[in-house]
Amino acid sequence: MTETRRDAQAQAQAQAQARAAATAPALEARGLTLAYDRSVVFEGLDLSIDAGRVTTLIGANGSGKSTLLKAFGRILQPSAGTVRLDGRPVREYATREVARRLAILPQKPLTPSATSVRDLVSRGRHPHQSMLKPRTPRDAAVVDAALAATGLAGLAGRDAGSLSGGQLQRAWIALVLAQEAPTILLDEPTTFLDLSHQLDVLELVRSINRERGATVVMVLHDLSLAGRYSDRLVVVGEGRVLADGAPWDVLTPDILRSAFDLEALVVPDPSSGSPLVVPALRPESTSGFRWPSA
Amino acid sequence: MTGRTVTGGIGAGLRSRRLVTLPSRRRVLVVTVIALIAAAVIGLLGIVAGSSSLTIPDAVRTLLGAGTPGHQLIVIELRLPRVVAGLLVGTALGIAGALTQTFARNPLATPDILGVTSGASLGAVAAIVLAGGSYSVGAGLLSLGLPLVAVLGAMISSAIVYGLAWRGGVDSYRLILIGIGATAALGGITSYLIAQAKITDATAAAQWLVGSLSGVSWASVWPVLVCLVVITPIALQQSTTLELTQLGDEVSTSLGVAVQRHRLLVITCAVVLTAAAVSASGPVEFVAFVAPQIARRLARTGRPPILAAGLVGAVIVTGGDALARGVLPGQVPVGIITAIVGAPYLIWLLTRRKEQETL
Repeated sequence: MTETRRDAQAQAQAQAQARAAATAPALEARGLTLAYDRSVVFEGLDLSIDAGRVTTLIGANGSGKSTLLKAFGRILQPSAGTVRLDGRPVREYATREVARRLAILPQKPLTPSATSVRDLVSRGRHPHQSMLKPRTPRDAAVVDAALAATGLAGLAGRDAGSLSGGQLQRAWIALVLAQEAPTILLDEPTTFLDLSHQLDVLELVRSINRERGATVVMVLHDLSLAGRYSDRLVVVGEGRVLADGAPWDVLTPDILRSAFDLEALVVPDPSSGSPLVVPALRPESTSGFRWPSA
Repeated sequence: MTGRTVTGGIGAGLRSRRLVTLPSRRRVLVVTVIALIAAAVIGLLGIVAGSSSLTIPDAVRTLLGAGTPGHQLIVIELRLPRVVAGLLVGTALGIAGALTQTFARNPLATPDILGVTSGASLGAVAAIVLAGGSYSVGAGLLSLGLPLVAVLGAMISSAIVYGLAWRGGVDSYRLILIGIGATAALGGITSYLIAQAKITDATAAAQWLVGSLSGVSWASVWPVLVCLVVITPIALQQSTTLELTQLGDEVSTSLGVAVQRHRLLVITCAVVLTAAAVSASGPVEFVAFVAPQIARRLARTGRPPILAAGLVGAVIVTGGDALARGVLPGQVPVGIITAIVGAPYLIWLLTRRKEQETL
């Protein structure tokens, strides 16, 4: 085969892939049944995640939002149904190929000991390396860029175990950035952080989406922040999707009442214009928990 | 010892909060080379140590093929197999220990918790006691059959432990708990067999259980050598993946590690190496536990460097055996030395540090 023919073929293949990627959702669950041992969390769930947007899964505690995220991230094997990644069933890819397309940051990753921040972040390059193709200068450049984007360049030599909670979370996000996957799943990336650091992380997520065109799926607990930083909210509960749509369509008093058992006002956030959820005062009689009076 | 594995907390042990000199590959390399040289020197001392007088130049000359026939007999036929066996057994245990401690993310996780050692011990003791005793079965069983039965016991029990721990995949915490249970149960049966046995058989069994190099010949060296030659490259090849799995199963899956396949491979390597070592010498205590931790501290890495851990193991076993023969009176099995010397050394290493180490 001549060089030009091979090039032409590769080009055609790339174009075909680009066409498929443009039409196919980044992630798609079809007839998905998820269960731990015998307790079924979802049965026959259909949900597709559009490429290039920020989608946030919300729901009450135990509603299965993390479970769904794990299934999208192939950490949890579905009992039935398929997850498609860029139009193809995820099982059909080689494991490294998936890792180049999809990154997931779990709730509680383990911080290794005696490992510098830079070393931790460079582990994100693993799917791009192999025995025959070990470290390249590009790997180092990508790691530097990830450290800079997360404001960790000055801490690159520090032991990861000595970082504060906010710094450590940024280090994990830097690892995900270094992985260069176009689809990123984040499981409660703001938990354990103070409000200012939560905003840092979410601003970072938004810039990854806007500047790199990354598809982001995350699980968040704070409804107002979810409304502010997401293009689409998916409310899960009772083993199905309870509501799905733009923040203003989903964060309504009715849906909050049925999905979260929450009486709340929804007002425009004065600073961003996104929906702000203001929980109503609970009258004593309906309050679920009370200190027993003597 | 195994009880503390639970209270120590999986993953808690390897954590440290201080600033570190970064784990440079060069430091690991230097430590590995130094350990190699130390193993060679101690091997030489091991050849010299013993009742018949032999100088180091004598030993070197004989090894190079220029010794007297008398020296030839002592060095090549009597001392060398024992020293080589010590080096190989130590290396196998050190590597197996490094593998288990790393995949379990727990410095207390030795291959013992996979049921290898207890299975091998039960197999060997059963052979000694049930086959009518070492005297009636004779040297044939002891030199050939016993290692075979020990390997069989090790393989069966670790396969059972792995099978019981399987629940759509093996998680290391579950594996450790089941391994502890299996170790206790197998140990109980072993003790029962010894209690029931004739006194001569019980003594033979107890001697085997301590771990000793006194019975080794060239025949017991070869299987360990073959296992090491086959397994070590596989273990080293899994090194990068072991590093990634330190971040937890979920992150390593995200990074493209086939976690379950990798884990099975690592466990198999550790089991085969331990079984080979135990079949040659009996269970030599503490080596698989201490050697990786010493290597890790010398190299200042987050996890034990595999090859260096093996070489430190070789130094410990060969050195212990040389000490037993050259310095101490009577026939002290190496297993006793490694426990008596190794354990306090580890405690000293731990107390020397200002940081709190939850080992």
